[in-house]
Amino acid sequence: MPFIPHTDQDVATMLDAIGARSIDDLFDEIPGALRCGPLDVPLGEREMEVTAALTQRARRDEPGPCFLGAGAYDHHIPAAVWDICSRGEYMTAYTPYQAEASQGTLQLIHEFQTMMAALTGMEVSNASVYDGASALAEAVLMAVRANRRTRRRGAASAGRETATTRVVVAGAVHPHYVATARNIVQGQGIRLDATGFDANGTVDLARFEALLAEPPAAVIVQQPNCLGLLEPVDEVVAAAHAAGALVIAAANPISLALLAPPGDWHDRGADIVCGDGQPLGIPLSSGGPYFGYICTRREFVRQLPGRIVGLTEDSGGQPGYALTLQAREQHIRRGKATSNICTNQGLLVTAATVYMSLLGAAGLNAVASRCHAQTRELVTELASIDGVERRFAGPFFHECVLDIGRDAQDVAQQTATAGITGGLPLGRWYPDLANCLLVCATEKRSDADIAAYRDVLRRILAHPEQPATASAPERTG
Amino acid sequence: MSETPEELHYAPSHEWARLEEDGTVTVGITDHAQDALGDIVYVELPDEEQQVEAGAEAGVVESVKAASDIYAPVTGVVIAANEVLEDAPERVNEDPYGDGWFFRIQPDDPGELEDLLDAAAYDEMCSEEE
Amino acid sequence: MPEVSELQAVRHYTNLSRRNFSIDNQFYPLGSCTMKYNPRGAHRVASLPGFTGRHPLAELPASQGFLACLHELQEVLKAATGMAAVSAAPMAGAQGEFAGIAMIRAYHDARGDTERREIIVPDAAHGTNPASAVMCGYVAREVPVGADGDVDFEALKAAVGEQTAGIMLTNPSTCGVFERRIADIADVVHDAGGLLYYDGANLNAILGTARPGDMGFDVLHVNLHKTFATPHGGGGPGAGPVGANERLAPYLPTPMALREGDAFRWLEPADAPDSIGRLSAFAGNAGILLRALAYARMLGRDGMRRVGEFATLNANYLMERLRQAGVELAYPERRASHEFVITFRQEAKEFGISAMDIAKRLLDHGIHAPTTYFPLLVPECFLIEPTETETKEELDAFVAALTQVLGEVRTDPERVKTAPHNLPSARLDDVKAARDLRLVHGAD
Repeated sequence: MPFIPHTDQDVATMLDAIGARSIDDLFDEIPGALRCGPLDVPLGEREMEVTAALTQRARRDEPGPCFLGAGAYDHHIPAAVWDICSRGEYMTAYTPYQAEASQGTLQLIHEFQTMMAALTGMEVSNASVYDGASALAEAVLMAVRANRRTRRRGAASAGRETATTRVVVAGAVHPHYVATARNIVQGQGIRLDATGFDANGTVDLARFEALLAEPPAAVIVQQPNCLGLLEPVDEVVAAAHAAGALVIAAANPISLALLAPPGDWHDRGADIVCGDGQPLGIPLSSGGPYFGYICTRREFVRQLPGRIVGLTEDSGGQPGYALTLQAREQHIRRGKATSNICTNQGLLVTAATVYMSLLGAAGLNAVASRCHAQTRELVTELASIDGVERRFAGPFFHECVLDIGRDAQDVAQQTATAGITGGLPLGRWYPDLANCLLVCATEKRSDADIAAYRDVLRRILAHPEQPATASAPERTG
Repeated sequence: MSETPEELHYAPSHEWARLEEDGTVTVGITDHAQDALGDIVYVELPDEEQQVEAGAEAGVVESVKAASDIYAPVTGVVIAANEVLEDAPERVNEDPYGDGWFFRIQPDDPGELEDLLDAAAYDEMCSEEE
Repeated sequence: MPEVSELQAVRHYTNLSRRNFSIDNQFYPLGSCTMKYNPRGAHRVASLPGFTGRHPLAELPASQGFLACLHELQEVLKAATGMAAVSAAPMAGAQGEFAGIAMIRAYHDARGDTERREIIVPDAAHGTNPASAVMCGYVAREVPVGADGDVDFEALKAAVGEQTAGIMLTNPSTCGVFERRIADIADVVHDAGGLLYYDGANLNAILGTARPGDMGFDVLHVNLHKTFATPHGGGGPGAGPVGANERLAPYLPTPMALREGDAFRWLEPADAPDSIGRLSAFAGNAGILLRALAYARMLGRDGMRRVGEFATLNANYLMERLRQAGVELAYPERRASHEFVITFRQEAKEFGISAMDIAKRLLDHGIHAPTTYFPLLVPECFLIEPTETETKEELDAFVAALTQVLGEVRTDPERVKTAPHNLPSARLDDVKAARDLRLVHGAD
């Protein structure tokens, strides 16, 4: 029997000790009408057979060079990262509730919190949430709580409650993030109003100012934005703070090695920084498991959801680590918890912590610089094809929108058939950009990869457009 | 055995209330409550000038393993909050009826205090809970 | 940011790992967490380059392998739970709960039935239940659990009414017993126009023996990191697929895999206009879904039934041995499900020893402590879940260790109160951790 160690003798001895005649007797409290017959699933297979069957499927999806980013990035992962993560001591432990038996995980999370706070220019970090999109949703809930408190304080003398449940989405924020946040927060009556982007592909500042007229609880801005471009974050922070709104920054952690950390934007910086940690040593894996991070300033730490590790002492006065601030969490606070969140993404945090330790500040900077350089190279090469040009002119980090002059969905399918993951057809997100591809090159894309993609794309575009047949993959929902 | 001073008024949700000479009402949590919660690590207080309703939430007290809402025993306006507790929440454990007070209310109607329990009734309620 | 060599980093994190308890090293009978063996074969399969290298937004021609797996898992979970449709999008149990309650709300809203404000939750439930209900804009109304561990049926009847949107139940419950009147509960709630949510935290107990769909539940989640043996990873990742009957299926979260002949595609908004939408940037914790599928295929039909059977056998055997050893059971008249509750209230009263003290002393015996202080309504309790993958010898060793600790409670209580003594850290001061917040290295 798979994974069940009992001998027949064991079963007999155990039933005897219980005073039951059969294992079936142990289910005698379940009404007979509720018992089910054999499940409608196939018979079991050996590990060897399952491995063979699934290996065949995995091979069907084995990708060629990947020029697709859009929230998930194909970086090099040093071998040591997953060798360490695959140790049973990390992989098969649970939440470190018994601190003395979990110092490994706890110290590692404390190191993670330290590194993320440093990277984002914030003072504190949690131990992660599910992914970047759910981190944004939690950041919105957190900002509304924190802002309600701040406003109540400010308005106390006027003797009125000025709670607001409106949040403004400034500029081009990943549509899947916005959809996720909206789906998660709407049950609590929180509304997201989006400015959209202007002809530069960044926040429409006039519309932004208009949406601030009635002050929202918070403003969300993504840097680099989901079109790869740099938003005018200092202006956004200045205007948001002037309106009494908190600023939530969604940031790619690798980009922070080159760009100003959100904690340094404008005067006092963003108030909450969140994002997806996938670029830090986690494989693409069809979208997960990744992890979401949330960092903030110390004054908001009690509104920060999820697990948090603190340094303390043991009874002998030796330093040690423990989960702290647990009274905010669902297992104690139940219906009044800061969130229903229970698990963090511990194993992925382990990967990111090892990854950041292996690279260090200099290594992260080298990765980020190389991504930027290769993306510039990619854009130069692809734009050398007749009819291909940049859609937006502003500076970018490691993603760029190219107008290819015809339906990009069809072209992306053809490049996939040619063995290249060629970028995101932006019509999936924005109907106006149906002729555009969002392309990305990480440090893994060699000059030869780029040249090969250029040649494939040139060949495809040299042929007349075919009417689309297959339906498009997953869309925004 | 926990201490229950005779001269105070008690809410079933374990707050005490004391009518001061100036007509204000000081509020804290009882010795019984601090003992049941254990080491208190955080207190969230209402803001000065905040309007509070009798029986409505006015704060939170947290230990490592539990969190409890604090309810205002009478309706009125908060005129002071014990800021010492922000940095030294352990004062609630050490001196629940003294330095560990939570906030002070200017009551709309001091007569509401008479709706609360006296020391004997509160002690009886606690012993029934156990 | 640290600046260290590769060897320094590898050595540091390898040494740190040795300061952890884990399933691979220790018996880990953490109640309600199902800490069973995590098969290496499932991990290996999910780590194949074709799976780890696939971009979540890859075009369909380069996604057929993954979509076939996702679709197959949806089908397996439908069969195992008795539901009409499954979405594997939620990234953990709590997100599955959120999805399920959001679906209930969407269902009522779609019918213009918008006055239902309450979700009923037993007071013994996981804290995530009321927290999820509140996140969906509901008020969580608690109903008491009786002395026998079942929900107080009269109190439940009194609580249900036209304001009831639904009820969240774990069955077997968090008290480690099967909710015997589940069919009556389903009738009462359905008659009032409410819906039933099944929290799958304890599905391991009844896998292959009984199905939530047959008990009258309308919507549920399954914790793949429990019942389907995916690794807990030091606190995640998990995965919490949701299943629904015909009535609620249209509201399931996206994305989902669809089969059309021999080809697979994503469910489009046009296919699911009533969906509550996406809950993650991409397709949930896809890699965990692959591990669960590999495990499910290794188990197959008979293996799944044996999971529930042997999890139940192990729990009842351990409970009986502890009863004989003089340990007080919280529900002595009941069968254990896959877990059971014991209480140390006598030890607390007589010797001033807490359940946490006993838990810490068990660590010294190389055993991870069971869940302490849950369910909240049993004083000084342990919730013990041995799982089906442990041997009889391991269970006997646990009985011996706990018996020894309880002897020590009487002979040398100080030793227990100050435990652990054999671990890298002595008892950690969690009061100091909370009063004096030091959340990043080097700050104040």
